[in-house]
Parts: sequence; C-alpha cells; structure tokens
Amino acid sequence: MPLDLLDRRLLFVTGKGGVGKTTVAAGLALLAAERGQRTLVCEVDAKGGMADFFEAGPTEFDPHEVQPRLFAMSMDTEESLKEYLKLQLKVPMLARVGPLARTFDFIADAAPGVKEILTVGKLCWEVRERHYDLVVVDAVATGHIVGQLAAPQGIRELVKVGMVRNQTDWMIDILADPRQTGAVIVSAPEEMPVNETIELAGRISGETDVDLAAVIVNRVLPELFGRNEEAIFDQLREPEHTEALAAAAGGDVGPILEGARLAVTLRRTRAGHLDRLRKGLPGDLPLLYLPYLFTRAQGLRATRQVAEALSQELGY
Amino acid sequence: MARGGAQASADERARTLEQLLAAKEIAISCGAGGVGKTTAAAALGAMAATHLGGRVLVLTVDPARRLANALGLEQFGNVETRVPPEEFAEAGVEPRGELYAAMLDTKASWDDLVRRHAPDAKTRDAILANPLYANITGKFVQSHDYIAMERLYELHTAGTYDLIVVDTPPTRNAIDFLEAPDRMADFFSSRLLRWLTAPAKSRLVNMASKPFYRVADSILGTQFLEDIAQFFLLFQTMAPGFVQRAESVARTLSDKRTTFLVVSTLESAPVREAEFFMGELDQRGLHLGALVLNKVLPSYLRRTVTTPVARRLCSDAATIAPQVADGIGTPDDVARVLHEVGESFLNYQVVATRESEQQAELARTPEVVASVPYFDQDIADLPGLLRLGEQIWR
Repeated sequence: MPLDLLDRRLLFVTGKGGVGKTTVAAGLALLAAERGQRTLVCEVDAKGGMADFFEAGPTEFDPHEVQPRLFAMSMDTEESLKEYLKLQLKVPMLARVGPLARTFDFIADAAPGVKEILTVGKLCWEVRERHYDLVVVDAVATGHIVGQLAAPQGIRELVKVGMVRNQTDWMIDILADPRQTGAVIVSAPEEMPVNETIELAGRISGETDVDLAAVIVNRVLPELFGRNEEAIFDQLREPEHTEALAAAAGGDVGPILEGARLAVTLRRTRAGHLDRLRKGLPGDLPLLYLPYLFTRAQGLRATRQVAEALSQELGY
Repeated sequence: MARGGAQASADERARTLEQLLAAKEIAISCGAGGVGKTTAAAALGAMAATHLGGRVLVLTVDPARRLANALGLEQFGNVETRVPPEEFAEAGVEPRGELYAAMLDTKASWDDLVRRHAPDAKTRDAILANPLYANITGKFVQSHDYIAMERLYELHTAGTYDLIVVDTPPTRNAIDFLEAPDRMADFFSSRLLRWLTAPAKSRLVNMASKPFYRVADSILGTQFLEDIAQFFLLFQTMAPGFVQRAESVARTLSDKRTTFLVVSTLESAPVREAEFFMGELDQRGLHLGALVLNKVLPSYLRRTVTTPVARRLCSDAATIAPQVADGIGTPDDVARVLHEVGESFLNYQVVATRESEQQAELARTPEVVASVPYFDQDIADLPGLLRLGEQIWR
C-alpha cells in the first residue's frame, strides 16, 4: 500500500519544463490546505509564476497566507543564508551579513552545492520545526532536481567537519524518510516529458535518498469517441454527409470536423506516450491523471480545478 | 563555400530565418522549457545544411538527451558527429552542405579545458584528481553554463563550421549562461579567491583577525576551506588563460555574427519568459534575430462564424442527428458524436483564441516572427525536422 501523498511532510514537485509543474504544486498545496492542513508552498526557481496561481501578490521569502491555511513563499538563497546565520550562529552583526552573503555567492559558485543546501536546508528546517503540516516545493526541473536532492550527501562528502556537516545529518534523516519526504514527477503525455520522466524516476531512486512518491500526468486530453462513434465520425466527414450536416446545423461545419480530427489525432498520439510511460515506471508507483484544462490556464480558478481533479484521483 | 554570397548588409535586414541564418555564424536558441527549443534548433540546422550549404553544427547543452532523439542518433557525445547523408536521402532531400550534431558533456569539456590551460602535467593531474573538482564538474548544477559558452567559443574559433546552432537550457538558466563568462572572470579576480589562495600562514593570521572568517570557518570547517584553498591554488595557475578566455567568450556572444532566436509557445508562462528574455537581450545589446512561435493552433479554430454552428451541434444534437443519421448510424449514436464534435471545437476555440491574444499582446517583437503549426505527430526524425523547418524557413 503506497503512502498517501498528502500524509507526508515534504513534497518535492519536479518535472520537465512546460508540463505544468507549478500548476500541480499549487493544486496539491491548495488541496492540502482545503483538507485542513497548514501548508507551505515554496517556489524554488523564483520565476514568480506561483503568484498567478493564487491571484496573490508576488511571493517573497517571507511566507504570506494566500488562502486559508495556505502560505506561499519563494526561495532566495541569500535570505536563507541570513536566516540560517541568525538562527544558528546568533551572529550579532546583522549589518555585516550583506557582504558575507556576497562572499558566499562566490563560494557558492566555487563550491557548488552551497546554494542547493541553503534551499534544501531551509525547506527541511520548516519541516523539522513543525511550522507546517505539509511543505510543497515547486522544485527545479528534471535536469537539476537530482543535484538538488542529493546536495546534502554531496556536501557531506566534501565537508568533513564544521557546522554545515552537522547540519546535513538531520537533513538527510528527513529527506531519506519516506513517511516524511517524497518526490513527485509531473509529466505530460508527450514524447519528451515521458522520456524524461522514466529516466528521472530511475535517477531519483538510484542517486538520491528521496522516495519517489508519485507521477502525476498533466494535460490528459479527453477521449472524444467511444466504440462505433469514430466510424460515424469518419462517415460524417464524407462530402455528402458533411453537406447534409451543414444544412441541418445551419452553417459550415468544415472547421468543426477538421478540429475534431485534430483532437482525435492528438489524443491518439498521446495515448501511445501514456502507454509507454506506464510500461517504463515501476508497477507499484502511483500514477495520477489530470485533465487538460481548456477553459482556464491560470489563476485561482484553474488551481482549484487542478485541486479538485487531484482530490478525485487520490480518492478523497 | 556556398554561403558567402548571402551575407546581408545593414540596409537589407533579414526578413526570413533563411536570410538571418545566411548572415550569421552562431544562432542561439532560447526560451522556456518544453516549448520546442531543441527541435527548432535542430530543424533550423537541418534546413541550413540543406539550403545554405556549408558545414552546420547543432550543439545542444541541455542536460537531457533530446537532440539525439530528434536526429535519430542513438549515441552522440561531446564529439561532433555527422548526420549520415543517407538520412537526408531517405527524407528525399539532397543537402547542399553537411549537418553535424553534438551534445555538451560537461565533465569531458571541463577536463579538456584543464588540459589546455594547466601550466604543467603535475598541476593538471592534481586538478583532475581533486575531489572538489570532480564535484564541480560532475555532480552539481550550473557548471554547464560556463562550459557551454566556452565550448561554443572553441568550436566557433576553430572555424570548422559555417554555422553553429546552439540550444540552451530554459530561460532563467539561459540568463545565467549569458552571464557565465563574466562571472568566471569576476571569480578569478575576487578577494575571496585571493584570500583562499594566500599562503596558509598569512591566511590564519587573517582569519584570527577577522570575525568574518571565523564565521566561515565555523560553518564550513577548516578542512573544507583548506580543500577549497588547495583547489583554487591549483586553479589559480590557470587564471590568466581563463580570464582572457572568458572575456573572449563574452565577446563572441555580442559579436555581430551571433544572433539569438527566442522560441515560445503561445501559452502564457512561456510567452512571459520569452518577453523577459527579449528584454534581457535588448538590455545587453545582444542581437535578437527572430521569435519562433511553436505549436500554434490552426487559425480555422478561431473562426467566429463557426461558433454558433458548433453551439447548435451541442444543444440541438438530438434534432439534427435524425436529419443526417441515415446510412451512418443510429440517431442516438450520431447525436452523441455531434455533441462531442461541437464541444471539442468550442474547447479548442477557447485555447486558440487565448493564444492569439497572447501573441497580440507581445510588446517587443523582432523583425522575423515565424509560426510553427501544431503538428499532430511527434517530430522524431530528420524528415520531421525538415517538415517543421519548411514551415518557418522562408
């Protein structure tokens, strides 16, 4: 029995760019909040897209309540470092933190992993301190997520002593515990997203301590026709029937039939990719499907539709 | 070489991608993730090889192996591989030039760079064996930004190719990547590096005297700082070459022979990123050559005269069906089909209209704007790339 997605404490939502990673992260967070969990949703690569999904102002490092029980923030590694120094070191010289952070920027470039650890560290810290019931992370895309999730181990290999090393221990405890932490890959029924999802699923299991909790397939197109119906549709596209239909419907139906043909082909191509996805993933991994939203692409209304669809898929 | 005559002068601005690419030596394709940057880059590379001639290279720096799929090459790595002429022949095309493809292997490229710049074999081996070096080049994010530009520069100056089409990681990363050469140069001249690479003794004195370093020490530990110091001490030996190189790389990006192609779909998030990126290019004085709009839905979906007809198919399916059902199916089945067909049209019309609004709202557009229609089949081979290319080339 797979663990229930929203029973965990920390969810990293990743996926290939363009599949709707942020939409799904926002939907999951909204669903959790609506079910009574105090929820934090954090946008990691700070594109500012998250704000649109809740129709709230731009997200900042300091979380703001955008819906009842739902708090949104965006990651800022410099702010994270300042907070860390304040909390851990009781650094009295707040004024000097600025240049320090700038210097750390260089270190971060020089010894990569530092920025990742500041990101992952902040998120794990929110979990450890139990500030929220659930932290949903709109994480980095497929190409970078393994580096981010594996940052604490990477740092531990490099840094033998000191505070950072000690810090990585409890982070790894949280990250490696499937009851607490899970990764969610958002995919779409298209060629490249499916390829990347299958590849990433293997890498998350192989190269990180984080449990792969689910794959969520976004933008699943509706099936237009059931049995026999496609044959009827093909007949309607014969000139004499098209003419009869145009007369009965009172106008040119050419674009409508052509549009339906496009919809059928798109759906069919995508069904093939979905099959490939199912076959390429471990059999016990939960797969959730979200419908393509025609009417709204953005805004709170779209987020709510995603949350509702997720709720159905999770059997709530 | 076949391309010489096509050089456009300043007063005959490029109006098509064909003219643009005939006049440039480097085209960098950028945009949000999932919009089809790689496919566009590969398609344009294939078109250039076919029609402009010369040697054309498509270089992908994205960590995912997309281009390999699109070009039907099972395995290609850091080394440029020629796309077999037979593949063009199978596509029914006789190319005037040659098409090559390469994927950026970050680790291998860094190793090459070290080998080139290390003052002696001992330093070279020490760097290659350093644990920090392995981490920088292998495990962590972002090190590919600099190396991508570096490799582009190297390939360009080698003069082997008439045109290099480069595919980049998603935009916010692509900005990093524009800044990478400057950051690298900054880094080598930074105070931190000077301190880290100062002799250990004076560093300890410094450390004791400045609370700042005590903080750094307690956070990271002396050993780690020593590791960093040792690594950069080694790296420092390559600094002059590196800084000079980074500056040259930066110059290549702003060179007249380089152009940027911004790729986007008409969904709102990618459009916003495209706008952001076009603004950044403008601010940096870099050449915005073309906007390529991908997966554009067919215009018939936007026809407003069709809307009431589609609505009637939904609402009056039961009365329309008997009039056309004869010889097709039962009126009930036909009614269901008519309803689905009408509703599907209305659904897609909403999307097509929204996307056309997005296009109209684009504030800044370059001279060349090309639209790629929504292909209902995936593009997974050279004929597919050429079909796509035909749509935007002229």
